[in-house]
Amino acid sequence: MAQVVLRSVAKKFDQTEVVRGIDLDIADEEFVVLVGPSGCGKSTTLRMIAGLEETSAGEILIGGQVVNDLPPKDRDIAMVFQNYALYPHMTVFENMSFGLRLKKFPKHEIRTRVEHAARILDIIDLLARRPRQLSGGQRQRVAMGRAIVRNPKVFLFDEPLSNLDAKLRVQMRTEIKKVHQKVRTTTIYVTHDQVEAMTLADRVVVMNGGRIEQIGTPHDLYHRPQTRFVAGFIGSPAMNFLSCRLVEAAGGLSVRLADDLSLPVPAERAAAYRQHLERPLVLGLRPEHVTETRSYGTGAEFAMPLDVVEPMGMETMVYFLVDGVEVCARVSPEAAAAPGERMRFMADMRHMHLIDPATDRVIAAPAAASATGSAKALA
Amino acid sequence: MAALAADTPRRAASGSLRRNRRWALVASYFFLVLFAIFFLIPPYYQLVTATKSSAQISNQTTDPWLPAIPVALDNIATLWNKTDFPIYLENTAIVTVCVVIITMLIAVPAAFALGRMSFWGSGVLATGVFLTYLVPDSLLFLPLFKIVGGLGLLDSYWALVLVYPTLTVPFCTWIMIGYFQSIPKELDEAALIDGANHLQMLFKIFIPVALPGLIAATIFAFTVCWAAFVYPMAFIYSSDQLVLTAGTVTTLVKGDVYQWGMIMTAALIAAAPPVVIYAFLMDYYIAGLTAGATKG
Repeated sequence: MAQVVLRSVAKKFDQTEVVRGIDLDIADEEFVVLVGPSGCGKSTTLRMIAGLEETSAGEILIGGQVVNDLPPKDRDIAMVFQNYALYPHMTVFENMSFGLRLKKFPKHEIRTRVEHAARILDIIDLLARRPRQLSGGQRQRVAMGRAIVRNPKVFLFDEPLSNLDAKLRVQMRTEIKKVHQKVRTTTIYVTHDQVEAMTLADRVVVMNGGRIEQIGTPHDLYHRPQTRFVAGFIGSPAMNFLSCRLVEAAGGLSVRLADDLSLPVPAERAAAYRQHLERPLVLGLRPEHVTETRSYGTGAEFAMPLDVVEPMGMETMVYFLVDGVEVCARVSPEAAAAPGERMRFMADMRHMHLIDPATDRVIAAPAAASATGSAKALA
Repeated sequence: MAALAADTPRRAASGSLRRNRRWALVASYFFLVLFAIFFLIPPYYQLVTATKSSAQISNQTTDPWLPAIPVALDNIATLWNKTDFPIYLENTAIVTVCVVIITMLIAVPAAFALGRMSFWGSGVLATGVFLTYLVPDSLLFLPLFKIVGGLGLLDSYWALVLVYPTLTVPFCTWIMIGYFQSIPKELDEAALIDGANHLQMLFKIFIPVALPGLIAATIFAFTVCWAAFVYPMAFIYSSDQLVLTAGTVTTLVKGDVYQWGMIMTAALIAAAPPVVIYAFLMDYYIAGLTAGATKG
């Protein structure tokens, strides 16, 4: 069991900076997910922790020890790869025990460890098979088993579910979470799928362009993104971004989106936003905070003609245009109007974000006092 | 009714697909049979000639394409008992086994280093290795003659053990580079993390995984050694040092007298080991040539 610490870690391939000075503290037993679009440096970061890539600058510590110059085998880590990387000529048992056999563990110890791991992963019946006789999900279990038997200080997962079909991915996600709850090993998990990141992580590290955009709990990232990138990356469908101007209105401040559409800023945020008065800003509002008008809800009401309607079953996504920009709203299926018709909406401005387009940072404001008790969870 | 209407075009489509397939099969069989006949004529002629006595062969009244009845087995007996043919066979076997072992000992680690441990210049070196293969032996035997002579190996089959690898190592290295490169990169990373060093990685992961390729390369080296002609002709004169290819020609062709029966018999016997090896290892050979087609 170990902490993992990254201090100003950077990586250059020739002249291209892939990772630009990352600082990260990962606590013992923590499950941390690195997430970001492809090419953001998340996999490279993981591979540097594994020792598969050398660092160009900075220090990596595992369990308090600087490991920069240690080869992978001496770092006491285990890694699960996207394409499983099982040895095709070995049985499942041989695959899982390969590392232990190289380290000359006694036979009975190897057997005990492999069987223990196989029981955790429910692959005890597959031990005599070869990888090609296994399904994708089973292969991934074996790859995880190979990691577990080593009893390493740190588990590293490099997009382990990307090769699985959607249904299996959800199933294996739960499986990975269960394994972590049983084994409690510090885990670093790389994915480009924000849903995976949100569901698995104790803390999520959002990366972009070789830098860390934000580190936080899934809840934090979702409700209090610090940058426009994080706000747009986390959440599906993505947050709506609308150019706006902050103006003084009768009852306080309001954001003016178009000539005929202004939305009031909640009173508790007015103080934080006031210094940005009359400046061009970007309003960020998630689709679930733009809904049909509800008698129990509070929010600014407005009406818009619908552009596209996408029924999803339990909810319906509707799209409309504000000043040429498409806005997505999440409404109840019964409330959705037909395309072309006008529909009345309610924007829950307690969840609004204002972004300064010059810095692309979200302007800090007091947390929303949400009716669902999210404020309590944040505290 | 609607279902029936929808069904009709589909059936027509699948019918045309079946017809297409039948034509493809007919064409395939036609050309395959043609191909097989074309390549089986020489061995057939060899067999027919080998089982005839010299008198039967030179008899102008019989059809040379038809086997003689009764079959004459004198050629084998004479070849085996009255010529140095058994020595040639033994020499060839010794040379081939030695060269195949030497080739694999050099080519496999070389291919692993060039193909997997990317280092400065590894790409250029890999191409360089292949380029050396392109220099024909008919050009190389002159300078090699000086070298072999300088080493005092002229007229000894050990000269062949020394020079054959110049033909086999580059090509085997080249095909093994291909096989090793087709193995996913994550496999050696997984082995690295599991604690394997490069030697363990080569022997425990790469060689077993690339076994089809290894066998293909071995077959290639074997074939080249078994069939090489220019070098033994150039470097060896004594009958006790000769190998099959050169030996058969030098002893069975005396001036303008061709002992056709024995030449054909010798050729058939010489061709047997490669045929047997290909027959047994064909599946591996083909699997080796299509390696990397599936996900590791």
